[in-house]
Amino acid sequence: MKRAILFAVLFIFMFSFAFSKTTITYWQYFYKTKQDTINQLIKEFEKENPDIEVKHVTFPYENYNQKVAASLPAGVGPDVINLFYGWLPMYIESGYLMELPKDTFNKDYFDNNFYPFVEKSVQYEGKYYAVPTAVRSLALFYNKKILKEIGLEQPPKNLNEVIEVAKKLSKYDKRGNLIRAGFTMQPSGQHHHWLREVLVRQFGGVPYTSDNKTVLYDKTGAKSEVLQWYVDRIVKDNVGFPNFLNDDVTAFQSNMAAMTIDGSFRLGTLDANRNLDYGVVELPEYNGIKSNFASFWAHGITTNAKGEKLDASVKFLEFITSPKAMELWLKNTGELPANPEVALKYYDDPKYGPFLKGLEYAHATFFADEKAQRELMMNAIDEVYLKDVSAEDAWKKAADTEQKILDEFWNK
Amino acid sequence: MLKNDRKYFVFSYIILGILAFFMIFPFLWMIFSSFKPSWEIYDMKLLPSSPTLENYKNIFTFSGFPKWFLNSSIVAFITTFSVLFFDSLVGFTLAKYKFPGRNILFILILSTLMIPTEMLVIPWYTMSQKLNWMGSYWSLMFPGMISGFGIFLMKQFMETIPDELLDAARIDGLSEFKIYWKIVLPLVKPALGTLAIFNFIGNWNAFLWPLIVAQDSNMYTLPVGMAYFSSEASFQWEQIMTGATISTIPLIIFFLIFQKQIIQGIATQGLKG
Amino acid sequence: MKKGSLERKYTITAYTFLFVPIIFFLVVRFLPMIFSLAMSFTDWNLLSKDINFIGFENFAKIFSDEVFLKSLWNTIKYVIFGVPLVIFLSLIIAVMLNRIRKFQWLFRLLYVMPYITPLVAVSWVWRWFYQPPPMGVFNSILLNLNLSTQQFLGSTEQALFCIVITTVWVQLGYCIVIFLAGLQTIPLEYIEAARIDGASRRQITWKIVVPLLKPITLFLVVMQSISFLRIFTQVYNMSVQGSGGPLNSTKPLVLYIYEKAFVNFDMGLASSASLILFALIMFITFIQMKFLNEKS
Repeated sequence: MKRAILFAVLFIFMFSFAFSKTTITYWQYFYKTKQDTINQLIKEFEKENPDIEVKHVTFPYENYNQKVAASLPAGVGPDVINLFYGWLPMYIESGYLMELPKDTFNKDYFDNNFYPFVEKSVQYEGKYYAVPTAVRSLALFYNKKILKEIGLEQPPKNLNEVIEVAKKLSKYDKRGNLIRAGFTMQPSGQHHHWLREVLVRQFGGVPYTSDNKTVLYDKTGAKSEVLQWYVDRIVKDNVGFPNFLNDDVTAFQSNMAAMTIDGSFRLGTLDANRNLDYGVVELPEYNGIKSNFASFWAHGITTNAKGEKLDASVKFLEFITSPKAMELWLKNTGELPANPEVALKYYDDPKYGPFLKGLEYAHATFFADEKAQRELMMNAIDEVYLKDVSAEDAWKKAADTEQKILDEFWNK
Repeated sequence: MLKNDRKYFVFSYIILGILAFFMIFPFLWMIFSSFKPSWEIYDMKLLPSSPTLENYKNIFTFSGFPKWFLNSSIVAFITTFSVLFFDSLVGFTLAKYKFPGRNILFILILSTLMIPTEMLVIPWYTMSQKLNWMGSYWSLMFPGMISGFGIFLMKQFMETIPDELLDAARIDGLSEFKIYWKIVLPLVKPALGTLAIFNFIGNWNAFLWPLIVAQDSNMYTLPVGMAYFSSEASFQWEQIMTGATISTIPLIIFFLIFQKQIIQGIATQGLKG
Repeated sequence: MKKGSLERKYTITAYTFLFVPIIFFLVVRFLPMIFSLAMSFTDWNLLSKDINFIGFENFAKIFSDEVFLKSLWNTIKYVIFGVPLVIFLSLIIAVMLNRIRKFQWLFRLLYVMPYITPLVAVSWVWRWFYQPPPMGVFNSILLNLNLSTQQFLGSTEQALFCIVITTVWVQLGYCIVIFLAGLQTIPLEYIEAARIDGASRRQITWKIVVPLLKPITLFLVVMQSISFLRIFTQVYNMSVQGSGGPLNSTKPLVLYIYEKAFVNFDMGLASSASLILFALIMFITFIQMKFLNEKS
């Protein structure tokens, strides 16, 4: 009898031990198609790893960063987390993210499996902290119907010609108010990136030194003329202005803008709009120079994950960044695979193609304080456009402010 | 005199009518927008040309919305009842008992009105963590369980109640709590109504704290949940307008029920000053 | 002797009733506030593990930060423009509304509608209204009237006033209801007596009614001032990316605090700024109490 009980206890103990699951938590911001995709991936992952359970939590995009930071001092955050690459330095610095295991995630791994800018952006002082599933770049979106009005099938390749076309396609009411933008001018959208990483280079400059410690856009190339050029398109050409129809996306979606610069992540939204017939081409070149801005959201492992959870997190991380996951991601969300080999077969796709080609010559800005660095670009434009400050002064002010932010970060 | 009066009345009605239109127009815009299909949302017309219930269908089948509605209701009702009870009890105590420390307590409570919430959310958050309240309704509600404003209102009100009434009840042998519960509370119904509605509105629409403390979408309240519709990829204006319309309806009902009491409540308080 | 024991009995009763509330105010209001005060003298950043005492460095920092000074000034502007406007308008409307009997309830309900609509939704709708042509409702009205269009929220000069107007629109209903309630307590005899004495309608309003409303006015002025000092949601939702733009021209103190705390996670600095806001609220309330009390 006693022995039977002993066996039973032992059996129950072993049974429960064998079936005890490791639960890890994954956080990302809410985006319907991404949420569904991750859910689908989790299901498959759990089938392959019956001893691991993944809890998936989403937060609204607007407050995601805040949510993440607030979870930090409390130590209640997730094990695996999705972060914008521009936030990585800040979170690494604060000890939130764990260095990824070197045996899997090393330089070779990134060089072999990802676009070149990824490796630079996920490492900090020689260590690797995050892996993306998908990447993004910019392209020129155009409204097919509007372009046909002047007999064009596609916008031209050169920037000056694009602006000429935009002027022809802009419409005004009898009092001179713009009622259809030839080209959206929205610094708060993707234009602050476009200005910084694309126009600056096309005007012969370099935005930063290669160690990301010094601002160069006010000292190299055409300097403040880049800003002047940008504001002139608003003031002189009036092909568009900031917040026309609330924002560039709204304007383009409602057939009120002929052309706009936007990211690959917009494809899904625009495809859902049945009143819109649009096409995508690579960003216009200028002075024979091509450039693009690349960015991505990457998954990292937080310092919360320890022991069994850490092992499970690493497994999960590998799973959601596998080529298979990338393809599913592309199919569901329209975001580009971070692995050039996976991307290869989409090079001739009319919509993904221009973005993928753009990735080859793209740069990812290093952000010490993403929001502040975005705002100072927007402010520089506003100061010239709204306050009649000279482009020279506004550009210098932006550069000085940005330099201060970088200095503060690197001297910490 | 009479003719003059009539002219004045017509004038009043016209002015008030124009104003009413001005006050209600954005509101109408919100409601009508909620019936517009997404591709019509940016048209400059007030009325939808092809009205649809699609947005309402979407919002209710959309996973979180019914739950957020429930959460908002729970939070608003419980905090409102708690505020009604404690605020009237404290107001009563401060108005009707003389005891050492009374004035200083009143001033301290009043001074909490001036502390901006923004100053407190970080400590509250840390506190919820340490005491393991995260993920519970309690964490959403606890900062609003008693309100300084309500105590102020109640005290002003209770002071108008004659002491003789309480003394008479004491002679009848009622306990102090019974006096509060049976004699005083029924007398201040209008004030309770006032407090109820303003508190309900405040908690129903609260944004900052629920946003910070709610751990996952299951615990979201309506205003916080609405942020889901303005994602990175697009502003779903039609869904925002639909959500806003639905979340306004309970408040209008609430206001209609308590309308009379509010007026009475404020009136008495105003006279007292 | 008997009096003394009665007093003691009441004291005990009072503190029994106050037990839970006192604990509540201590734990949920005062301790967090003290915590916040203490933090304002530290360099606590949500993202760093250690906290150091740094004296008044945060205060020196914010007072040399032009964005802080700008948002401080903006906050004062919100109060200066918003409070008189909302009080004055609501008083006039309430007096007018008080004279009529038919449909008074309907008008009251319509006027209070904006107040009970979620502020987030209100902000979005108004943001829409203020858009440049061809989207903005106001600009298309201006166009129809053959007037020149305005930038509204897109202009550094106009944006703050646009937000003031929206806020006045929201608060108007609340103030009207309260004024109206006050008006209805004024005994009709006062007004009749004045009328018999030959006072004009205007005289009755300004010489009799308004002075009698002083306590309510004081209450509303204080409440509205505090609410304008704490303005946040509408600015956050009406400016591009919640930045209080263009060029910080609409950024109030609370938004500055929010950004410092939840975007930069610099809790120490944010606490210092919230201390300034607290002082400002105290100061303005005090001045108003004093001023309005003396005049009566």
